[in-house]
Amino acid sequence: MHEPGQEEKTYVLNFGPQHPSTHGVLRVELQMEGEFITKAAPDIGYGHRGHEHMAENRNYQQFLPNMGRVDYLHALAYNQGYCMAVEKLTGLEVPERAEFIRVITAELNRIASHLLWVGAYLLDLGAFTPFLYCFDDRENILDLLDRVTGSRLTYCYYRFGGVPKDIDDEFMAGCRAFITRLRGRFKDYDDLVTKNIIFIKRTRDIGVISKEQCVRYGLTGPMVRGSGIPYDIRKSEPYSVYPRFDFEIPIGERGDIMDRYLVRIREMAQSLRIIEQALDKLPDGPIMAEKVPKRIKPAAGEVYQAVETARGEFGCYIVSEGDIKPYRIKLRVPSFGNLSILPEIAVDTLVADLVAILGSIDVVVPEIDR
Amino acid sequence: MVTYFKEILTGFYSLLAGMAVTIKYFVKPIVTVQYPRQKLSMSPAYRGHTEFVLDLETGTHRCIACEMCARICPSQLITVEGVKIDPKKKVPRKYVIEYQYCSLCGLCVESCPTKALKFSEEYRLAGFSREDCVVDLLARLQAQQQRAGLAVTPRPEARREEGEAKPEGEVKG
Repeated sequence: MHEPGQEEKTYVLNFGPQHPSTHGVLRVELQMEGEFITKAAPDIGYGHRGHEHMAENRNYQQFLPNMGRVDYLHALAYNQGYCMAVEKLTGLEVPERAEFIRVITAELNRIASHLLWVGAYLLDLGAFTPFLYCFDDRENILDLLDRVTGSRLTYCYYRFGGVPKDIDDEFMAGCRAFITRLRGRFKDYDDLVTKNIIFIKRTRDIGVISKEQCVRYGLTGPMVRGSGIPYDIRKSEPYSVYPRFDFEIPIGERGDIMDRYLVRIREMAQSLRIIEQALDKLPDGPIMAEKVPKRIKPAAGEVYQAVETARGEFGCYIVSEGDIKPYRIKLRVPSFGNLSILPEIAVDTLVADLVAILGSIDVVVPEIDR
Repeated sequence: MVTYFKEILTGFYSLLAGMAVTIKYFVKPIVTVQYPRQKLSMSPAYRGHTEFVLDLETGTHRCIACEMCARICPSQLITVEGVKIDPKKKVPRKYVIEYQYCSLCGLCVESCPTKALKFSEEYRLAGFSREDCVVDLLARLQAQQQRAGLAVTPRPEARREEGEAKPEGEVKG
């Protein structure tokens, strides 16, 4: 409380841009009254690289490696979204086997992204041990993806009309071994994290987002599902071969951090189910469409393709003027929408809770800045 | 009051359960590798910088200096200078990649009509200057041939054409 005669003052605290809990270069300007936040204003753009402008200066193939660098944690979904948009624009048919390979690798990548989130988020909350276990599991996925894509983080694997490299038996055996392994690990995560009293106290009923707020801010991904809205592009606007698989959309009830955490954990189990089914149903055949032109030169027109990434809806909007270069590419990224709710839910919370809330949004800052 | 003590007890139990997981993994085999002393083998698809495929039939590379790779490269980091050794055959006089700009997409390898390129397994690529990352593929091939005991492909001389002087250090398009 204020001493009599003392002026009431607010204190401005800069959170970031060089703060480990912001997961990148995000700056949040906080107005504090004592320990409580009265206003939080995210300041973005420190990592702006101009991906959308780069797209206008290079042809369609040359933009492929950029897609691995917008959201580096779920890069394959970005690869998929962009490739599907261009395929839609040019009318290329992707062979079935290639679609299955895309689904398997993209889901593996989704699990890797969620595992990294669990690890890094618990690190924000002060738990170091789960981080090591998550990264141990994630390492298995990286090794698997390394075998087919050739890289461990910034993937550039899908091509227009298919994939350039087929998966082999060793990869499939590795996938199955990983599915059994991760299913056994969920119990450990449960004991170590989900039931942990410190974790529960820090996440239950903190950062609550109502359904109405979700719709108003256009949130997507685990954020909206944590609040109880079963919105997933894989189900609501099915793409690729997802309609052929049997999987559920996990949703939360209260919309707090705990629910978002649980949604992500359950999503990993669902991704494992998708991978298992895809491995069982994997058809034989070519992995690349026939007659893929060397130079992609689509007719004038525009196209929008949305895919579900680990963070929510990624949309790729391409305008073509019939040239070898796109006229404009707009990337709709989920983290930007998800971050926009922070000023509203951060009010009247403690700084320590802000770290918990910001982490639960699962922002990837290069994706916001892009 | 009862709930208060119950919460303390369940909370304490949850911490013990977590500790049990830690202890379980404590006695399991170590998963980490002591890097400089132990090394993992690279995966077969590993993408290092590109290098020429040493064709064992001809004992040399297959490059025809068509510059397809240089044209498709998103970062425009490949410099190819071809020279005609006879009216039908063109070979590279210079094939240099500036690896520091490479985003490892693999488009050059896929676009090559003669499959002359592949990824090397080099992974210790840190250097002190930008020039340390510049790889001369012809020199690399020559070293490879020497190691394999094959005849070393000589670097073809640039043919001087009268009345046309090309400036050195040409800006690539």
